[in-house]
Amino acid sequence: MVPNNSVLLQLAAQIRYRIVELSHRNHITHLASSLSCVDILCALYFETLNLSLENINDPQRNRFILSKGHAVLALYAVLEKRGILSADLLNEIGTNNALLGEHPSMNGIAGVEWATGSLGHGLSAGLGMALAAKIQKQSYTVTVLLSDGECNEGSVWEAALFAPKHGLKNLTAIVDYNKWQATGRSQEVMSLEPLAEKWHAFGWNVCEVDGHDFSALTDALNQESPLPKAIIAHTVKGKGVSFMEDDNNWHYRVPKKDELEKARLELLGK
Amino acid sequence: MRDAFAKTIHEIAQHDARVVLLSGDIGNRMFDAFKSEFPDRFYNCGVAEANMVTLSAGLASCGLLPVCYTIAPFITYRCMEQIRVDLCYQNLPVVLVGTGAGLSYANLGVTHHSLEDVGMLSTLPNMRIVAPCDRKELTTLLKHIYKTPQPTYLRIGKKGEPDLIEQQAVELGEPTVFSSGTDIALFGTGTIMAEVLLAGKQLQQAGRSVEIANIHTLKPLNQTYLQNLMHRCQRIIVVEEHGKTGGLCSAIADVFARSELKGSAPSFKFLSVENAFSFKFTGDQETLRKFHKIDASAIYNAAIET
Ligand SMILES: Cc1ncc(C[n+]2csc(CCOP(=O)(O)OP(=O)(O)O)c2C)c(N)n1
Repeated sequence: MVPNNSVLLQLAAQIRYRIVELSHRNHITHLASSLSCVDILCALYFETLNLSLENINDPQRNRFILSKGHAVLALYAVLEKRGILSADLLNEIGTNNALLGEHPSMNGIAGVEWATGSLGHGLSAGLGMALAAKIQKQSYTVTVLLSDGECNEGSVWEAALFAPKHGLKNLTAIVDYNKWQATGRSQEVMSLEPLAEKWHAFGWNVCEVDGHDFSALTDALNQESPLPKAIIAHTVKGKGVSFMEDDNNWHYRVPKKDELEKARLELLGK
Repeated sequence: MRDAFAKTIHEIAQHDARVVLLSGDIGNRMFDAFKSEFPDRFYNCGVAEANMVTLSAGLASCGLLPVCYTIAPFITYRCMEQIRVDLCYQNLPVVLVGTGAGLSYANLGVTHHSLEDVGMLSTLPNMRIVAPCDRKELTTLLKHIYKTPQPTYLRIGKKGEPDLIEQQAVELGEPTVFSSGTDIALFGTGTIMAEVLLAGKQLQQAGRSVEIANIHTLKPLNQTYLQNLMHRCQRIIVVEEHGKTGGLCSAIADVFARSELKGSAPSFKFLSVENAFSFKFTGDQETLRKFHKIDASAIYNAAIET
C-alpha cells in the first residue's frame, strides 16, 4: 500500500524529529545536511524503491546509495521507520563501541549498500551496479543521492560521461540541491550553475523538482526514460525546523536542549 | 592545532607575498583574517582536492608558494597521483596540510581516519613529511618549512590538543627531545606525543631513565640521532597513530636493519595500528587509541614488559 501525501508528511516530520533528537543526544553533526534530504529519502523508501526487511538482502533488490554519506542520520532514521534498522542500534549511533558510526560503513548493516563519507564515490559505485545489472540481465534499478558540493568532484563528472554512453537507463542520480556546501553557497564556491544544463549536456535525462514535494519527487522517480536520469531536487538545507532552515551553521552545530524542544514543537506539534 | 596553523600561515603570508592559501571547502571561518587581509591570495577550491593539488603545483611553477589545506585523507589518498607527478616529480614547493591526523576524527569512521597517509607519501621521492605534536611546535616547524620550500606534507591534529612543548628546542629535521635517558628510548610522532609523554612520566616516576622524543620530521629521518640512541638504550619503544606499515615504526625498523650496531642489539616494541580497517564499532579518539593499544597505559605496559 502506498501512503498518501498526508501520511508521508507525518512520517517525514517524525523522521526529522528523530534526526534532531539523535544529533542532540549523541552529538552528531551534519544535521542540516540530513534534514535537507529527508523528503527525497521518504519518497524513495515509502514510494518507489520497494525495499523492506524481507527483500533487503535479495540480490534482485533495487539499490540505493547515499553518496553524501555525511547525511547518515537521515538514511538511518528512514531505514528505522521502514522497519529495516532497529531502534536499539540507532539509539547508540556515534557513541563509544556502537555499531553505527557517523557515516555509512561496511559492517553488515542491512540497507547500507556502500561505505561513503568521502564525497564523489557513490555515483561511480552506482554505475558499476547498474552496469552489472545490464551484464547479468537483471531488472533492478540503482539510485544515488549526491549533494551539490559533491558535484565539485571531478569523479562525479567522469561517471556522468560514462552512463549515457552505455545506455544505463536503470541508473538515477538525484542531486540534493540545497545551495550550500561546507563553507559557503555552492554557487559562490564554484560555478555550479547551470547545474541542470550540465547534466543535460552530459547526456542525461534531466528533471528539476521541488525536493520537498512528494508528488513531484515520485513522478520524477517513476518517469520512464531511455537514458540515465538526473533529478535536480531543489531543497532547503535544514528543512523542517524554522531556525535551521537555510542557516549553514547547522552544517556543524548540534542543537542544545531548548533548541531540541523548539524543534519538537515545530515538527510534532507537542 | 588547526587554529595555530591558520594563525601561523597568516603571519608567514604577511612576510612573504608568494604565499597563497588554498582550502578544500573546509575550515569555515578559520581563515577569515587571512582572507580579509589577502583576498587575492586565498582560494576555496571546493570539494575537488585533486584539482586543488595540481593547480597549486601550477602556481608553484610560476614562483608562488602555495599551501593546500583539507582533511588528511582527502589531501593525501585522494590526490596520490597528483602529488606524485605534479608535486614530487616536478619537485615543486607546495605544502599540503592534512588536518585530523591518525584517529583525530575517529568517530567519523574509516573514510576520515588517516592511518596510511604517511606510509603512502613516504614512498615518494622529494617528499618531506612533518608531524608536529602541538601548536607551538607546529608554529615553529611551519616557519622552518617556508625557509626551505620543497614538497611537504604537514600532518596536524584538529583542535583542543594539549600543549606539550615547554622550553624544548624545536628544529626541522631534528627530533624534539623532551628528556634524555639511557635506559628506555620512547619515540613518537605528532599528536600521539600526548600519550607518549604521559607514559614517559610514569616510567620516570618508576625510576627508569627514559629518553623521550618526537620524531616530527618523518622524512627525511634523522638517522644519526636514531643510531646513537640504538647504541645508548637497551629498549626502544616506538609509538604512532598510524598503521604499522610505512610510518615511524617501519622507518625505525628499517634504520635498525641497515645499521651496523656494535655490541648487543636493543629490544624493540612497535606500537601502531594493525593493518585492518576499524569499522566493527565506532568510538572517539580516546576509545580507538585504547582499542589499538597506543594509549598511555598501553605504552607504559609495553615499556615495563620483559
Ligand atoms: C572528498 C571529501 N572532501 C571533503 C569532505 C568534507 N566534507 C564533508 S561534507 C562537505 C560539503 C558539504 O556540502 P554539500 O556536499 O553540498 O552537502 P550538504 O551538506 O550541503 O548537503 C565537505 C567538504 C568529504 N567528506 N569528502
